[in-house]
Amino acid sequence: MLQYIIKRILLVIPVVILISFIVFYIIQLPPGDYVSSYSAKMSAAGEVMTQAEMDEMRANLGLDRPVYEQYFVWMKKIILHGDFGFSFNFNKPVIDVVGQYIVLTLVVSLVTMLFQYAVAIPIGIYTAVKQYSAGDYFFSGLSFIGMATPNFLLAIILMYLSYNWFGDPLLGLFSSEYVNAPWSMAKVFDLMKHMIIPVIVIGLSSTADLVRIMRGQMLDELNKPSVVTARAKGLSEMSILFKYPTRAALNPIVSTLGWSLSSIFTGATITAIVLNLPIQGPVMYNALLGQDMYLAGSWLLFMALLTVIGTLISDILLAWLDPKIRTEFRGN
Amino acid sequence: MTTQAARTEQPLLSVQDLKIRIETDNGVMQAVDGVDFNIYKGKTLGLVGESGCGKSLTSRSIISINPKECETTGSAVYHSESEKALHNLDLLSLPPTGKRIRSIRGRKIAMIFQEPMTAFSPMYTIGNQIMEAILIHRTKDKKKAKKIALEMLAKVGISDQEKRFDQYPHEFSGGMRQRAMISMALSCNPELLIADEPTTALDVTIQAQVLELMRELQKELGMAILLVTHDLGIIAKMCDEVAVMYLGKIVEQAPVKEIFYNPKHPYTKGLLKSMPRLGGNKSKRLDSIEGAVPMPIGLPPMCGFYDRCKDRIEGVCNTKAVPKTHISDQHSVRCFLYEDQSEGESQ
Repeated sequence: MLQYIIKRILLVIPVVILISFIVFYIIQLPPGDYVSSYSAKMSAAGEVMTQAEMDEMRANLGLDRPVYEQYFVWMKKIILHGDFGFSFNFNKPVIDVVGQYIVLTLVVSLVTMLFQYAVAIPIGIYTAVKQYSAGDYFFSGLSFIGMATPNFLLAIILMYLSYNWFGDPLLGLFSSEYVNAPWSMAKVFDLMKHMIIPVIVIGLSSTADLVRIMRGQMLDELNKPSVVTARAKGLSEMSILFKYPTRAALNPIVSTLGWSLSSIFTGATITAIVLNLPIQGPVMYNALLGQDMYLAGSWLLFMALLTVIGTLISDILLAWLDPKIRTEFRGN
Repeated sequence: MTTQAARTEQPLLSVQDLKIRIETDNGVMQAVDGVDFNIYKGKTLGLVGESGCGKSLTSRSIISINPKECETTGSAVYHSESEKALHNLDLLSLPPTGKRIRSIRGRKIAMIFQEPMTAFSPMYTIGNQIMEAILIHRTKDKKKAKKIALEMLAKVGISDQEKRFDQYPHEFSGGMRQRAMISMALSCNPELLIADEPTTALDVTIQAQVLELMRELQKELGMAILLVTHDLGIIAKMCDEVAVMYLGKIVEQAPVKEIFYNPKHPYTKGLLKSMPRLGGNKSKRLDSIEGAVPMPIGLPPMCGFYDRCKDRIEGVCNTKAVPKTHISDQHSVRCFLYEDQSEGESQ
């Protein structure tokens, strides 16, 4: 098992290098570069940049050199100095911009994930056990609506309701008095209060998805001969339910853990813009629009890394859950 | 004959007028339609019939483990001499998820299934799953339970039990798994073992071993067996008495020798003819029973075998329900051909 984990971790390295290459290639793909989008912005403001000025700016930023050279310089700095480059938009190192948003991004994403599993798994089990009951129809209907509702619409509705009922649309992640305040219990509480709407909005559709997956899995598992065997042994229905079908039904849920984290990251962008959340979605979006290549590249790289790590974690969890996979590891 | 003597004692389990209805989209399916049989201590009753005749549903209804769509009526009176609470208890009257029936399942009446591959959960070790029944019914002490489980594994001929105990079902071969299944079923010394096609999924040599094992353990533990199968060879080898099922009804019931040497019902005769025999005429094709089993939905009161029967009497067999005719004390048949020979009619 340990050997397998080490092997998997070592495999991550070439995967990440390959990803970094693709990422850099992709952010170079759109026509133009930061300088051209900057000059377009300037000309919109009434100042026209000359070709000489633009060339000088390109030379300063290292954008005049060939793509592969830019890539190697970027990679060299990352590996040797942990320097992810410079964000042109923010006019500070990428690492500082990332650092500014990463903590809250992770907090929102992880809480959303927990919310999804905590809500979806019990409902999935319930709707399967009570298949075709009124409760099943209610939750199944609700989950279809949840799958079909656009995030931003729900965000606006919840903001409106919150404003109507509590007099506060709960925009952002902090009330204005806490934004720059040092961390305290009151600030944490304020954050939790502000996270209710984002978590529901971001998590809703994948929660609904998970309910459907869990229900389907449970229905499969509930009719397995092993459940009948357990019943014939005299086990109570409750102990059967949790020992056999539920445990087996968790497998596919766990195996999707890897990419669900990064899908929360990307899926949250529009919601974050609507709700004015200080998380990475809008930052990434602006970086792509403004061809802020090092920032965009670093975020992409970071997300790819998260997916790779997430997959690794879900593989390890699967091995822990499923003895068959475990034996395969031992076999290798 | 031993079965003759058995008649005078009280049966361990007496199933009377068992009916199972299942609501389907196409109407109500009468999957089991008035089945009666007795099982005696230490004896084996074979329930034989082709797929879909209701034999599995019948056997599972005894401990109420059919899906909840199955609406079961009739009675299954259990009579355990060793336990007062279980004197003349109708198992079908107990709530199917309640404590009382659960205390009987696995402890007094145990069951083994056709597919040892899927009957064990792949998620837990064999040991864990064997210990489960022991921990519910015999002891709360995990160490004692493990000891019992290891003894049972040894009893069914699994060597290296300590290692096997911690292995998962997929690390067992098919025959080993069925042995483990038997050890699990017998771990609480049941009085009745229901074996639902226990060897169908196994190859022939393993089949013989497993059947031999079941017979030995039956002798040792003195339990009764209800053996559900479609294989007449297994019936001949294992059973004291046989009930032939067709379309939810028992069409013929007799001691095993009677069934093989003096079959009455055209269906039983057909079954026997379709069985290959050692030393039989090799150039001759095996007989088969023409036609297919009808779906038991909305059938008129008539003989279910009418369409496939060579000896049918038009105007009789297809006009009314077939009563049970007693050919002799122990041999009964549901067929109009023998109505005159009846010693006494029932139903």
